[in-house]
Amino acid sequence: MTAKTIISRPIYGTLSPQPGKHHLFIADAEGALAITDMAGKAPPGFFDGAEIVFIPDPEGKHISALEALEPAQLHLPPSFASLLPRLRQTLTNAHMGLRLYLAGTEGLIGQAMQAALEAGVDHTSIETEHRGSLARRMQCVHCKGITENVTTQPAACSHCGLLLLVRDHYSRRLAAFQGVCINAEDRSEIPPMEEAFP
Amino acid sequence: MGITFRKETFRDDFTFKNSPEHIRRFPFPFNEDAYMYAVNIEPHVVGPKGSVLENLIDVDEHYVAEMQDRALVLAEDPLRCQSLPHMTLAGWDLLELLMEQQALGYPEHFTLERNGDRWRWINRPLGIDDTFTFGDVSTLPYGPMEYITRQSQGDFCILDQRDGNLWMDAGMVTTQADWSLDFDIGMNFFEWHAPVPLAHEKGIFTRALKFLTNIQQGKPARRLNWTMTVNPRLDTSPENYHKWGPDRATVTPENVGDKVHLRVELQSFWRLPRSNGIVFPIRCYLIKMDELVTQPKWARRLHRVIRDLPEELATYKGLTRYRPTLVEWLSKLDDDGPTSPGFGPD
Repeated sequence: MTAKTIISRPIYGTLSPQPGKHHLFIADAEGALAITDMAGKAPPGFFDGAEIVFIPDPEGKHISALEALEPAQLHLPPSFASLLPRLRQTLTNAHMGLRLYLAGTEGLIGQAMQAALEAGVDHTSIETEHRGSLARRMQCVHCKGITENVTTQPAACSHCGLLLLVRDHYSRRLAAFQGVCINAEDRSEIPPMEEAFP
Repeated sequence: MGITFRKETFRDDFTFKNSPEHIRRFPFPFNEDAYMYAVNIEPHVVGPKGSVLENLIDVDEHYVAEMQDRALVLAEDPLRCQSLPHMTLAGWDLLELLMEQQALGYPEHFTLERNGDRWRWINRPLGIDDTFTFGDVSTLPYGPMEYITRQSQGDFCILDQRDGNLWMDAGMVTTQADWSLDFDIGMNFFEWHAPVPLAHEKGIFTRALKFLTNIQQGKPARRLNWTMTVNPRLDTSPENYHKWGPDRATVTPENVGDKVHLRVELQSFWRLPRSNGIVFPIRCYLIKMDELVTQPKWARRLHRVIRDLPEELATYKGLTRYRPTLVEWLSKLDDDGPTSPGFGPD
């Protein structure tokens, strides 16, 4: 639980069916359950105009639940990186009125939103729901490298190795939280690393 | 008579210092013996001769050395200067503003000649004499914002105004007090101020945004902000925090006067005519404690301000590690006497 938060920290909601004919869902992990939960509230025929992109875990959990929704298209890329070229094209060619729904881990929501922003989609028009891990995507302010799936506080930068304080300050443009050297003033001070974003 | 530009450094051997005249013109930011946030915005109008407000864009004895330091920062890290694609017009607005103001205030150092769109800019301190076509990026060695802000003291943020908010969409930021343009670019007014403690709860940013979005062309505004820096280092960026952070552990009772600097930002806000953006110059002034305490009123007042500063603010400003040493040193210069109202020295 994050007790006190700051304004740049994203706030996620609960997916709800939006008016429109074209719906694009992007989800990973437990995000599939956000879609199936929403399906109960959707009007008949809603998924006839929907594409669901789901990045499954290695066991393929939740795939059959999504198949049961009978979306117009179900795409199962193995990773977000492998999805990105296709997603960029979809967003570039999208008609006005395409509705975007993002659900799952914070890293997935952030990176899909980043691609949408680059395609000119207004971030406030995007439905989001956070499910699953609180792991953070972090940019090292010093070397600019991104470290994925950060669960500890502090956390080591996977590029330059500095020990970083993972801040709540978040950039949609970078789809990342900011990491700042935690012991810059005295490197001999090594605070204990604790599980903070399970 | 022109300005005598000092040869000095803001890194390595840190030879920066202020001449006696520059000490007296320092924009001391405290008009009473305590400090708390306030929306301390006022019209940016010309002030007394000999003050930093004598001209609306101030050029001082540190100009040449500051521009050399900026060039070093940019060579190491080009991401300190960024402009999102829709901000080029605002860059031209800024170029016009800074050329006009510098030529107006300091005709012996800067000259702007205009012949329609054909402009000639002469910057004598930096040995520049360029002729270019206003609005044509291909006629300048850099984009318009980068070109002119490599020749102007202070950081510059250009804010786009839309949806009732201000968006940090371009900037030249090499002398910042620990915030990252590269991280914050593209954020709105509330987002980029998100890490500032206490001020959100006090409604400071809501009121400030309302004021700023209503700024009119030809009616700039200003405010002062402050922090402290160990060693006269302009580049106290988060990018390099792991390099300058250790300085904060080097303050001793013997070296406080030389090492610890009050860092004041004169922030001004200007509506830009073509783009309708706002430019936000953040001009940084440094003064070491030994220089500051030559004015007894400032010594007394700074002692009281630093001693009584709320812990959250002290932490945010990065003073925690050396505050006790600084307060002890300043206390010896505070005779508990009264201080006169206002900012200036007695």
